[in-house]
Amino acid sequence: MTQVHEKNLKNVLATDCGSTTTKAVYIEKKEEGYRLVMRGEAPTTVESPFEDVTRGVVNATEELEELTGRVFLEEEGKGILRPCKEKSGVDAYISTSSAGGGLQMLVAGVVKEMTAESAHRAALGAGAIVMETLAINDGRQTWERFELIRTLRPDMILLSGGTDGGDLSHVVEMAEVIREAKPASRLGSAKLPVIFAGNKDAAPRVEGILGEICDLFIVDNLRPTLERENLFPAREKIHDLFMEHVMQQAPGYPKLIDWTDAPIMPTPGAVGSLIERVAEQEEIQVIGVDIGGATTDIFSVFQETFNRTVSANLGMSYSISQVMAESGWENVMRWVPFSMDEQELRNRIKNKMIRPTTIPQSLEELILEQALAREALRLSFDHHRSLAVGLKGIQQQRTIAEAFAQSTSGDSLVHMEGLDLLVGSGGVLSHAPRRAQAMAMLTDAFQPVGITQLAVDSIFMMPHLGVLSTINAQAAVEVFEADCLIHLGTTIAPTGTVRKGRPLVEVDLEVGESFSLHVGDLKLIPLGVGESVKATLRPDKKIDVGAGKGEGWEGELTGGQVGLLFDGRGRPLLFPEDDLQRVKMITSWHHAMSLYPGCRA
Amino acid sequence: MAQAFTPGLMRGSGILIRKVRRLPLKGEILVEKGDVVKASDVVARTELPGPVQVLKISHRLGCQPDELPDLMTVGVGDWVEKGEKIAESKGFWGFFKSEYLATASGKVDSISRVNGQVYLRGKPTPVEVEAYVAGTIVEIIEEEGVVVETTATVVQGIFGVGGEEGGTLMIGVDSPSETLGAEGITAEMEGAVVVVGAGLELETIVRAQEVGVAALVGGAIHDKDLRALLGVDIGVAITGNEDLGITLVVTEGFGRLPMDGGTWKLLVASAGRLASINGATQIRAGVLRPEILVPTPDLKGILHADEGGMGLDVGSRIVVIRTPYFGRAGVVTQLVVEPQQVESEARVRVLGVRFDDGEEAIVPRANVERLEV
Repeated sequence: MTQVHEKNLKNVLATDCGSTTTKAVYIEKKEEGYRLVMRGEAPTTVESPFEDVTRGVVNATEELEELTGRVFLEEEGKGILRPCKEKSGVDAYISTSSAGGGLQMLVAGVVKEMTAESAHRAALGAGAIVMETLAINDGRQTWERFELIRTLRPDMILLSGGTDGGDLSHVVEMAEVIREAKPASRLGSAKLPVIFAGNKDAAPRVEGILGEICDLFIVDNLRPTLERENLFPAREKIHDLFMEHVMQQAPGYPKLIDWTDAPIMPTPGAVGSLIERVAEQEEIQVIGVDIGGATTDIFSVFQETFNRTVSANLGMSYSISQVMAESGWENVMRWVPFSMDEQELRNRIKNKMIRPTTIPQSLEELILEQALAREALRLSFDHHRSLAVGLKGIQQQRTIAEAFAQSTSGDSLVHMEGLDLLVGSGGVLSHAPRRAQAMAMLTDAFQPVGITQLAVDSIFMMPHLGVLSTINAQAAVEVFEADCLIHLGTTIAPTGTVRKGRPLVEVDLEVGESFSLHVGDLKLIPLGVGESVKATLRPDKKIDVGAGKGEGWEGELTGGQVGLLFDGRGRPLLFPEDDLQRVKMITSWHHAMSLYPGCRA
Repeated sequence: MAQAFTPGLMRGSGILIRKVRRLPLKGEILVEKGDVVKASDVVARTELPGPVQVLKISHRLGCQPDELPDLMTVGVGDWVEKGEKIAESKGFWGFFKSEYLATASGKVDSISRVNGQVYLRGKPTPVEVEAYVAGTIVEIIEEEGVVVETTATVVQGIFGVGGEEGGTLMIGVDSPSETLGAEGITAEMEGAVVVVGAGLELETIVRAQEVGVAALVGGAIHDKDLRALLGVDIGVAITGNEDLGITLVVTEGFGRLPMDGGTWKLLVASAGRLASINGATQIRAGVLRPEILVPTPDLKGILHADEGGMGLDVGSRIVVIRTPYFGRAGVVTQLVVEPQQVESEARVRVLGVRFDDGEEAIVPRANVERLEV
């Protein structure tokens, strides 16, 4: 692998090797900046009969060749042509991967709410699936920890524990637990990689215990003091080991590593990098969500702090039955404007689970699927809010008392009133027949407050752009804005209560439209992509539109494929107990946004 | 002629199959290449490391953890019996010594200077791997397992619960649309693999558990029956480890659906033979479907293999696998190349189908499975 850190790349080929599909994108520098030119895809070929990931890469790239008329592949598909010439080759080839189950990790710390939680965040931030978290106070018997370590067969273990200069015994005890469990790696490599990111004084003893039986790597303590978290070195080492150990074991990956110009990143790690980069460059607070068939990933950057969570069993196909099981019948059906036999729906959901590739043909099926999506997103976001509570990096500090309270206090870093941009990704959002449906799903599930822009990832290009951001951040942000994001529009959601009959907010739009938004109203004003309108919002004295209670707001509102959504439904959304009233209410929402014109409730 | 790819399940007769039978850890192989084995023959064996017991000795003896190794009367690698003295404090000038008696039997795995604990490993647990399917050993994977080969009738199910079982294949009903009730489960079905027709009903399953039926095969199961049986709502389709004492395989899905006619014929033709069955299902990348295998060594070569994932042409027989036409079978009348808008307003690739009752419809290609000819 040759490393490129080229600021003036003329063009780039990027692939994302997913568990089922390998997606290739071709990006070129044009006069207006870096732009997506074309996209191709082919089935991933990690499993038998091919067992070589590069076959899928070659197939997806061949599709790009056909569509662009450009030659990207060396003869007989032996690699990617470089450098860029007039009609062939690229300046850089990069890739991400989640094939073969992605990066699966076990994390361990001393105190569940402290070092173990920090280790958990470090692993998630690096794009891993955290199979289990062990801690001295996790309530398990020692033998239970042995069993877990032995049966889970992770790709690697991250061991943390103790502050620098503090007690050694507990973290050393955890190292002994790992040794006694005699862990084996998932992909059959000789020794399991273990990263130690704990008390630096314990490192020699941990090395004595684990050095022989594991591939041990020692990095800076991820919790050097109780008030400080330093996740970056552990995250970097996880990425290195993903390349050097996990990827080297996967079919065809040594060849793919040789082809690429930058380290292959785990897919969610790349998406996280991009979200982080965009938040940093644009100086905004962002939430990104990727709802897949099996899992839902949520990324957020609030107060310059990045967090990622994975809801491992909430998704739209493989895990759709879990959405119903976790959410409950009533919560799913509250979004549906018609009644259904419960058993009939449960059977349908199970049939989707066992045949995950089917798509909704009828409008009724679409409405049900989008109801389930709202619940999957809502549950995943609840999960994210409960975990996105920590620090990142060493710049920020909090008191010991706050640190102890981190997972239970509810003092989440996610403050919706500060959210600037909400980006959705995944088939149910990106491929919704109407863009308004995607906007409605995001609004209903995340319930943004104040003024928030909404967008969807057009073709799931965020992984490619994430790894691109590691070699050329500007190019990644340009393509993200120009080609990846489909701007849906802006939601304006006042919060607070008013006396009966009084408007929540008086709205004046420069285009000559003025109206009063009342409790329960949902009003959509069309405003196209790239358009904006000067607006004046005058809320009731008890109402906040983002500037504070009773404070007026003046500024530009940005449009999109759907427009401006004035949402007077309140937060949280409440549903009448009477079913007829509920149906009437959600039918009015559907009409306001023209969600399902053909539906007769 | 336009062609399309459709998912499907392998169902056919005279299919050459190879089953890899692998130990969880390295161990001993008990057969040789060329051996002919029965499904119940043990082909490989190993021992899983015993459970670990933690003895908090320094705490009991009142010594510092780093003093413990000097106080031990046994060493790493020694086997100790429950009640045996394994450590003794120094006492006071040789007096007032206290002893530590092992609270469990096991081999001393390690003695920790850090926390003053001793780790004892219990007796290993023997694990045996059976051939699962009758056939010939065609490959030995050194210290790891074997490959068994046979010619068989193969029916992949769509979903199942419970692990590997085996028994004589019995047909409990007269047609694929009938459903065997609890009263139809008889004592003669003990240890058998019973085909129950369209539906796997809770009362029938419970009766079969009581009788000791090895496995039941049916067209569909109702979600509420499965929940009642398992006690939980399955969120993701990863099954095979349920401890039900019976294996269940459904061939069509959830709800009430007749068994596909081709599947029915295959099973009826195999009645009376020994079948191997596994309910394990994993619907993730690297999908694993439940299966019924009936070895037919007397039939050589592939007579008919309806392997999933094959092409779809005009004239192919298909079944629709999603509402609004769920479960209806018919023949493909057209494969439309350009994506079309369906009722949900999604633009997708579609095909035309004429159902068996003569009605015609357009359905997304993603929503059909091919049936045997």
